[in-house]
Amino acid sequence: MKALVWHGKQDIRCDTIPDPEIEDPKDAIIKVTSCAICGSDLHLFHNYIPAMMPGDVIGHEMMGEVVETGSDVSKLKKGDRIVIPFTINCDECDQCRRGNYSLCERSNRNKAMADKVFGHATAGLFGYTHLTGGYQGGQAEYLRVPFAEGTHIPVPDSLTDEQALFLGDIFPTGWQAAVQCDIQPTDTVAIWGAGPVGQMAIRSAILLGAKQVVAIDRLPERLSMAEAAGAITINFEDESVVERLNDLTQGKGPEKCIDCVGLEAHATGHIDSMMDRVKQATMMESDRPHVLREMIYVCRGAGVLSIPGVYGGLVDKIPFGMAMNKGLTFRMGQTHVRRWTKDLTRRIEEGQIDPSFVITHTARLEEGPGMYRTFEQKNDSCIKVMLKP
Amino acid sequence: MNIASTLVTSRPDRSLTLTDRVARGLGWFSLGLGLAEIVAPGKLGRALGLEGKETLLRAYGGREIGAGIWALSDTPAPAIWARVAGDIVDLGTLAAGLRGGDDSQRRNAFIALAAVGGITLVDLLTAMSLSAETTENKGETGRDYSDRSGFPGGADKARGAARDFKTPAEYRSTPVEEPKRVSGELEPA
Ligand SMILES: NC(=O)c1ccc[n+]([C@@H]2O[C@H](COP(=O)([O-])OP(=O)(O)OC[C@H]3O[C@@H](n4cnc5c(N)ncnc54)[C@H](O)[C@@H]3O)[C@@H](O)[C@H]2O)c1
Ligand SMILES: [Zn+2]
Ligand SMILES: [Zn+2]
Repeated sequence: MKALVWHGKQDIRCDTIPDPEIEDPKDAIIKVTSCAICGSDLHLFHNYIPAMMPGDVIGHEMMGEVVETGSDVSKLKKGDRIVIPFTINCDECDQCRRGNYSLCERSNRNKAMADKVFGHATAGLFGYTHLTGGYQGGQAEYLRVPFAEGTHIPVPDSLTDEQALFLGDIFPTGWQAAVQCDIQPTDTVAIWGAGPVGQMAIRSAILLGAKQVVAIDRLPERLSMAEAAGAITINFEDESVVERLNDLTQGKGPEKCIDCVGLEAHATGHIDSMMDRVKQATMMESDRPHVLREMIYVCRGAGVLSIPGVYGGLVDKIPFGMAMNKGLTFRMGQTHVRRWTKDLTRRIEEGQIDPSFVITHTARLEEGPGMYRTFEQKNDSCIKVMLKP
Repeated sequence: MNIASTLVTSRPDRSLTLTDRVARGLGWFSLGLGLAEIVAPGKLGRALGLEGKETLLRAYGGREIGAGIWALSDTPAPAIWARVAGDIVDLGTLAAGLRGGDDSQRRNAFIALAAVGGITLVDLLTAMSLSAETTENKGETGRDYSDRSGFPGGADKARGAARDFKTPAEYRSTPVEEPKRVSGELEPA
C-alpha cells in the first residue's frame, strides 16, 4: 500500500510498504477513506518529539471502512464506517474506565521505555513516537487498529467524511480544552493559536456560552476564520497581547486561557523567544514556551490555564512563582477523545456545528509530503489539509 | 521563474528538496570549518599568510558555528544568506593574505581563495533557491475566511447553544454564583 513515511527531520515521503495485517485477535483493519495532517504532525516533521524512527508511518487523524476483524472483535463488522480516535484505548483498564483514555494503561506496547521517560507510561497513539507505542499511522491506504472495540467512533450515515473526520482528534481536542475551563457565562476566554485546534476551541467556547472569546494569532486568514465564529481577534505582530486582553477585561485579565500553540511558539521581537530559539537549536531546551509565559502573566488570579498545545520535553524560565501566587489552575493533556465523541457526534448531526469549515486544502495521499510543506509554511492560506488515499 | 529554482526538485511525494539537502551539507561544513578556526587558528593563519590574525580567525570560527547551527534548524534560509555575507568577508581577508607572506603561503591563500569563491557560488545559489522556494509556493496569503463560521445555524444562534453540557466534576473550577456567606465566612460547598 501507499503510506506517508517519516525518514527524518522535514523528510516525509510517499512510499510503498506492505499492507498491515491482523496481529492480535482484538485488531481490525480499515481501508482509509480520508485522513488529515495535524499540528502535532508538524512537531514530528520538525523532529521535536523524541523517539521517532526512520520508516515510521505517520498520521493520526483518519477514518474509513472496516475490511477485516480479528476473532475477538464482535462490535465491528466488515463495511462499518468508523473514525479512529488518535488515542488507542482498551476500554477496560482503570484509566479507561474513568474516561482518561489518553492514559490507557494497556495500549502502549513500549510501556517499559515510556515508564522510564515519563515516570508512568501514557496510552498508545497512532503514528506518533515510539514512546507512545510506535504504532503505524493512518496517512496510508490501510490501517491496523489495535483494541478495535474500544478504539473507534461509529459514524452515522448522514455525515460526510468531511463532517466526521475531525471527531478523531481536533474537534474533541478543542472541546476538551474549553471544557477544562469550566466556562461560565461571565467568562472571557483567551485562546492563543488560531490553527485547526484553536478554531475548534473557539467554537467550543462559544457553544459553551462564554461572554467573550478572544483569538490570538498573527496570520490574517486564520484570524478571519476566528472572527467568522464571533471571536474578537488580536494579531500579536500588530499589538500587545497583554495590553489588549487587559483592556477587554477592565484591567483584570481573562478568567480562562487556552494554549492552542504548543512547543513551537513564534514571538517576533520578544527576547525570551529568541533565547528559546537559540537554546532549542543548540539542544539546551526542547520547547519554546512563550505562550505559557504570556498566559501565566495575563491570566486573572484564580483563573484556569487549559493546555491542549503539545509540549515535548523541557521548558525554561516558566514564572512558576507568579503562577503559584496567583493561584492558577493548570489543566492539560492529550485528549481523551472518546470521552466526548458521542455527545459531539450528536451536536454535528443536530447542526449545532459543522467541523468541515476548517478544511482549506484537499489533496491525494501521494501529494501529502508536499502538503506538509504547504501546511508548515502556512502557504496559500492553508489551515487544514485533508488527504484522500 | 527564478534561475535558482531550477535547483529545486519539486516532487509532491517528497517533502525534502535537493536545496534542503545542500543547505544541510553547508550547515555541517560550517560547523567543521568553525571548529577548525577556533581550535587551530595558528596553523590556519600560518598556512594562509594570515599570521597574527588568530583572534580574527577565532571570531570567524564563532560566526561559522552560529551559521552552521542555524542552517541545520528548520528555518535555514537566513543562515545561508549570512554565510554568503561571511564568504565575502572571508574573500577580503584571504585577498589580504595574497599580499604578504612567502611563495607557498601565497599559493595556499590563492587555493583557499578559489575554494571560497566556489563555495560562495554554492551558498548564493542555495540561499536564492531557499528564498525562491518559500516565495514561489506562497500562493495567495491572507485569504478571507469570514464566511466559514462552522455554525450551520449562524454564529449568533450558536452562542451558548451547548449550555446543556454538564462539566464533569473534575473540571469544575469557579462557582457559578458567588457562594453565600454565613456570618462573614463562606458556606462550605
Ligand atoms: N492535546 C491534544 O490531544 C492535541 C491534539 C491535536 C493537536 N494538539 C496540539 O495543538 C497545537 C495546535 O495544533 P494545530 O493543528 O492548530 O497547529 P498549527 O500549527 O496549525 O497552529 C498553531 C497556531 O499557533 C499560532 N501561533 C504561533 N505562535 C503564537 C503565539 N506566540 N501566540 C499566538 N499564536 C501563535 C500559529 O500562527 C498557528 O496559527 C499543536 O501543539 C498540536 O500538537 C494537541
Ligand atoms: Zn493531532
Ligand atoms: Zn485502557
